[in-house]
Amino acid sequence: MNAAPTLHAVLPTLSPLLPELILGIGVLALILFGAFRGERSTEGVNVGALILLIVALFVVVTQPTHRVTTLNGAFISDAFSRVMKALILLGSSATILLSRDYFQRERIDRFEYPILVVLCTIGMMVMASANDLISLYLGLELQSLAAYVIAAFHRDDLKSTEAGLKYFVLGALSSGMLLYGSSLIYGFTGTVSFPGIVSALHAGSGFGIVLGIVFVAAGVAFKMSAVPFHMWTPDVYEGSPTPVTAFFASAPKMAAVAMSVRVFAGAFQDVAAIWQQIIIFIAIASMALGSFAAIGQRNLKRLMAYSSIGNIGYALIGLAAAKEDGVRGVVIYMVIYLAMTLGAFAIILSLRRGRQMFESIDDLAGLSRTHPVLAFCLAMMMFSLAGIPPLAGFFAKFYVFAAAIKEGLVTLAVIGVVTSVVGAFYYLRLVKVMYFDEPQAGYERIPPGSAIVLGLSSVVVILFWLAPAPLVAVAGAAAKALY
Amino acid sequence: MTAAAAFFYLFAGLAIASGFMVIASRNPVSSVLFLILAFVNAAGLFVLMGAEFLAMILVVVYVGAVAVLFLFVVMMLDVDFAQLRQGFQRYLPVGGLIGAIFLIEIVLVVGSWTIDPGLVQAPLGNPTSGESFTNTYALGRVLYTEYAYFFQIAGLVLLVAMIGAIVLTLRDRPGVKRQNIAVQNARTQAMAVETRKVPSRQGVEV
Repeated sequence: MNAAPTLHAVLPTLSPLLPELILGIGVLALILFGAFRGERSTEGVNVGALILLIVALFVVVTQPTHRVTTLNGAFISDAFSRVMKALILLGSSATILLSRDYFQRERIDRFEYPILVVLCTIGMMVMASANDLISLYLGLELQSLAAYVIAAFHRDDLKSTEAGLKYFVLGALSSGMLLYGSSLIYGFTGTVSFPGIVSALHAGSGFGIVLGIVFVAAGVAFKMSAVPFHMWTPDVYEGSPTPVTAFFASAPKMAAVAMSVRVFAGAFQDVAAIWQQIIIFIAIASMALGSFAAIGQRNLKRLMAYSSIGNIGYALIGLAAAKEDGVRGVVIYMVIYLAMTLGAFAIILSLRRGRQMFESIDDLAGLSRTHPVLAFCLAMMMFSLAGIPPLAGFFAKFYVFAAAIKEGLVTLAVIGVVTSVVGAFYYLRLVKVMYFDEPQAGYERIPPGSAIVLGLSSVVVILFWLAPAPLVAVAGAAAKALY
Repeated sequence: MTAAAAFFYLFAGLAIASGFMVIASRNPVSSVLFLILAFVNAAGLFVLMGAEFLAMILVVVYVGAVAVLFLFVVMMLDVDFAQLRQGFQRYLPVGGLIGAIFLIEIVLVVGSWTIDPGLVQAPLGNPTSGESFTNTYALGRVLYTEYAYFFQIAGLVLLVAMIGAIVLTLRDRPGVKRQNIAVQNARTQAMAVETRKVPSRQGVEV
């Protein structure tokens, strides 16, 4: 009886940490299982990782919504972190579903892959719940390091190795910039915790803070692949194995956006005037490059890379609004972006005959006659990415543009609309190729994992307009947690 | 006080000079050696600040492990650094111009820089203040309690690094004969030796 209170005093509250703990302990068990069983364990580790992610998703969804900080304020669990973690876990689970068939065909099916995906997910969840600069950086490093390895997972393939190396070198540079910015912020506010930074900035900010914010913004922009730190994106997306590309375009983007919202709308809330212009510039540049540079692309993976750059630009419009409505727009945008991206990649992954994968736009020719359902789904994804109502992508853009206009950023919203019209050109070209070009030989049946992902994301994209209220309410609650 | 200042300028000057030599020296091996000199000087600066644990860690980890590993890599890889540096003259005007602009900007920025005197005088969150702890003791006291979370995440980062190194480099080479002690021990005379009757003038097939 006597021991209980002392133990309680020593141990921090761990209940908000439950999803991370489940994943962490579970992944250690999977590593042991994989190490003892060897290559025969791949199937089991895949299933185990998927179960872990789904259990963690369930725990995240059922966690209490109020704000809890624990571990000396390093970890925060609130409505915002819950939504972002749910998205991250959905992205990671979908990746595992998409990967199995591809990895077996390419004969690179090893048990370390799902383990690295789960470890990467832990890093992303740490980022989403970071409440100080140290946990933010550690989460980011955990996520990035696992991502560098899985980018090079096809180690006998020149392009995959190149993708891994390029990602690693540039990622290390951007981490360095983020760390330098963090150290400046620590130096000028005297604390690393976000609430501490808020109160320190409340008293006033000097020039050192501006310099720190610029460096942090550079590091964050790299992780989000926003212009002008996007150079790595097309090469890494093209070189990595396709399911890994799907992963990079989904879950880590959620984590990077969660991180940027936590840092800018959270810690630097009171100095919005400083970072707002940076975010506005990044948003405009990303939208413009995402739409214009994608026009010349013939490779579907590169096209999706530019598309993801452009989409980050649109999401950042919400952040640039620097108000509750803007953050709500960002959350809604990321939910719908996740559905559209995963759906598109599920289709790209099913363009295959035997061991050969097809990733050029011309390989889509006449898909409407050989695979009408796939073609219809891809057409819906593309219409949605182009922002055509009543598909989900329209609502995503609507909420961020509305938030921007409400805050008087009319020019930004207008530029957003113009670039999305330009972007519509290359999205609609895919539809034209599928429906009006001469068909080629058909492809094999879509693998079951991809079918599940495609089905779910198509339902979200096509039927979102029937019931947008729940998502808008959840996103509103998430944004309220920050303001 | 003057001795400390003298040592500060000695260490700081040497650190900057050797840092410059890292990029200026022609021979990559001497670049790495200058890097080691820069690390040792930084360790000296740490000692002056009273952070003796960090100083020793810097020497042990960076000089003892990282820099020596660098040295091995530089010696083993046949990288022609002279070739990498070709075109230095050609890009010098543009690069020099950009460098000069940055330098002017930094001078303008730092010139108007004022650091809050409160920050300088009272280092924040110093766990050793008022008590006679050593650095090591103070770090050990917070590392597993206040910073246990960061410590665990850092552990996961190292785990990823280990798995990653194995995934990317370990290969099963077919046709390599490995020693299997269990199989060796399990050999019996019946498995290893065969007795044949050799007929006269015919020999045996093996």
